[in-house]
Amino acid sequence: MDPHALLLARIQFGFTISVHIIFPAFSIGSSAFVATLLVLWRRTGSDHYHRIARFWTKIFAVSFAMGVVSGIPLSYELGTNWSRYSLATGNVIGPLIGYEVLTAFFLESTFLGIMLFGWTRVPPWLHVTSAVLVALGTMISGFWILAANSWMQTPAGHIVQNGIAIPVDWFRVIFNPSFPYRFTHMMTAAYLTTSVVVLAAGARYVLQGKFPEEARTMLRMGVGMVAILGPAQLFFGDQHGLNTLEHQPAKIAAMEGHWENTGPAALVLFGIPDQEGERNRAEIAIPRLGGLILKHDLNGRYAGLKDFPKADRPPVLPVFFAFRIMAGIGVLLILLGLTGAFLWSRGKLFTTRWYLQAATYSWPIGFIAILAGWITTETGRQPYVAYGITRTENALSPVGLATVATSLVAFVLVYTVVFSVGIYYIRRLVLGGPKPAPVPEALPNRPLSLGAQE
Amino acid sequence: MTATYAYWLPLVSTGVVGLAVAMYVVLDGFDLGIGILFPYFPQEIERDQMMNSVAPFWDGNETWLVLGGVWLLVAFPLAYSIITPALYVPLIAMLLALVFRGVAFEFRWVAKPHHRKWDIAFAAGSTVAAFAQGTMVGGLLNGFRVEAGQFAGGPLDWLTPFSVMCGVGLVVGYALIGACWLAMKTSGGVEKQARRFAKPLLLALSAFIVLISIWTPLQFERVAARWFSEGHLLYLSPVPLITAALVVSCWRGLNGRHPTVAFNAAVGLFVISFVGLAISTLPYLAPPSITLWDAAASPKSQTFMLVGTTVLVPFVLGYTVFVYHTFRGKIQPGEGYH
Repeated sequence: MDPHALLLARIQFGFTISVHIIFPAFSIGSSAFVATLLVLWRRTGSDHYHRIARFWTKIFAVSFAMGVVSGIPLSYELGTNWSRYSLATGNVIGPLIGYEVLTAFFLESTFLGIMLFGWTRVPPWLHVTSAVLVALGTMISGFWILAANSWMQTPAGHIVQNGIAIPVDWFRVIFNPSFPYRFTHMMTAAYLTTSVVVLAAGARYVLQGKFPEEARTMLRMGVGMVAILGPAQLFFGDQHGLNTLEHQPAKIAAMEGHWENTGPAALVLFGIPDQEGERNRAEIAIPRLGGLILKHDLNGRYAGLKDFPKADRPPVLPVFFAFRIMAGIGVLLILLGLTGAFLWSRGKLFTTRWYLQAATYSWPIGFIAILAGWITTETGRQPYVAYGITRTENALSPVGLATVATSLVAFVLVYTVVFSVGIYYIRRLVLGGPKPAPVPEALPNRPLSLGAQE
Repeated sequence: MTATYAYWLPLVSTGVVGLAVAMYVVLDGFDLGIGILFPYFPQEIERDQMMNSVAPFWDGNETWLVLGGVWLLVAFPLAYSIITPALYVPLIAMLLALVFRGVAFEFRWVAKPHHRKWDIAFAAGSTVAAFAQGTMVGGLLNGFRVEAGQFAGGPLDWLTPFSVMCGVGLVVGYALIGACWLAMKTSGGVEKQARRFAKPLLLALSAFIVLISIWTPLQFERVAARWFSEGHLLYLSPVPLITAALVVSCWRGLNGRHPTVAFNAAVGLFVISFVGLAISTLPYLAPPSITLWDAAASPKSQTFMLVGTTVLVPFVLGYTVFVYHTFRGKIQPGEGYH
């Protein structure tokens, strides 16, 4: 096995899946948002919900297409670069992804056709139903893929024969110990991140005095969601952390930069972990707070990195910092939501310029938190690809350095060009804002491409 | 788990993988064909019409590719772990080409009036994806060097004159099915042009089918043995006869007023070619050494997946038909262009 090929293959998977996750996270949130708006429109008859729904449907469509095309390579990379991983875990992981395709991918991609092009072609109830089914499809998709990922973190319901994991109990495979926590945490992250984007867009239009009715609805809905989901996420994240401490203690030790288990655990606020020296440089720590957070006890202790053989420790530095970025953004989002809710309760939400200006710039931070969270959990799982079953170094395909290097360059070039342009187009759509919806009767009763309807 | 069960289960799984791949080839075939034909329809209004004729369907169509790949992983992890590294280069080329093709569906409209680059992305992406898929079929028939249950060949083993010919053949085939789709789903200039293209494409595809039918038994002994050992040809004779009948039917459909007949015949040609390939290569999944029984996953995995597929695929097919029905009929020029 070539260590350089291994490194490049890891970079390739890390790169392609990081680009990918941005789009499904937004698709999960924005499809639910559009479905909610359409249901509100049907129930209230208020046309501005319809205009907002059409506007976000266009943005959702561009994002969804990018999610689809960046997702398909992942299911094949498992074979091209990671064939020995596929061989070792395919019996367990394969059916979970298979069920994702059967229950989610077909549902969302088929009803997407009606959602995007059926505005005037099908009765409104059917169009709204299609939007709800697409949103449901994105949720089901999250269910299966997070079940698969969670099984790699906390495998259960299987036996290992000759290095190959064989399923024994599918219920335990799917509902493995970390799955309920990871599923709740990630789905909340997707809805929270999208709510921040909606909030930011609403704030921008309110500041500019554009689309007053739509802008205020977006801002109110965004603030309401962030004020609820932000604090909720703190609770879910805490629960997920406790679950990780139970099942992947080395990961928690790396997240906390916690080397020695010699007394009540401190909370390291800042430091520069030194993997070789087995300590943190420039450490700032609060005594006993680590025990309070992770054990809910001021005298709480938990395993430090030194309790694990060197070969079984994850790389501490990236895990430590990625976790702090995620948690820090989480705090910012709670502030964003609660401040907005407070201003709203005082009737000042639409007139407090400093808040609106800050909110305008908040749109990307949810995505950064999602990426940081995934880097924390995936890097923290190392040196295993499937925890306790297969080490990452034993998962690589029999491919040469040149092949992996070439494909990595190709992926980076193509993804950088295509997805930067895509994000630029989304930005342009958002800046353009919602347009008055065309009168349905004026449209021919034919399929149309969505962007062309304006 | 009796021996009979262990014997039959991989056969059923092979059928499912085959069904998914066949669905993909037919459904995404005409999407990709439209992309391949894009350069020959220079006007923007024509291209809008072509793209709109598949816009509501392409995503669902492409999902069959994911199902095929995932079923291969589920039911035959060993075959998956040999075939994917062996076909690394065309596989990555196809995936990247599909990125360009897929985003073009949305980007092209958002970019207007600066959409020319996405016209090129759509055409080039479709053509490269089709060619790469063809070379993978060729590479699969060529077989792979396997040692100790792993692919042991080089990164360019798949690249042979035979696989290149298969690549060109599939581009022609997709172009034909795309032209028949356009003849059926569009009107005006696009329909006329599509009918004009379809006939030479049909002749070219027929030539490729004949060429492959002669080439494979000459090059691969196992293929010759399958088709020409005593008695086999008699059982298998319907395959070439049906192929010939479909070519005639497609030709007539293109002449007459029923482009639907031509489209159905083109679909039939793909299905029968696929059956022919299956006859040539089974029971090997990764020829010349790994059979479907060697490669099979644990029965527990296959059964679990099979239960889900049996229950869910009828629903998938049901709502797929529903969406095609919703967007039935021809698209007029200028529609979707406001």
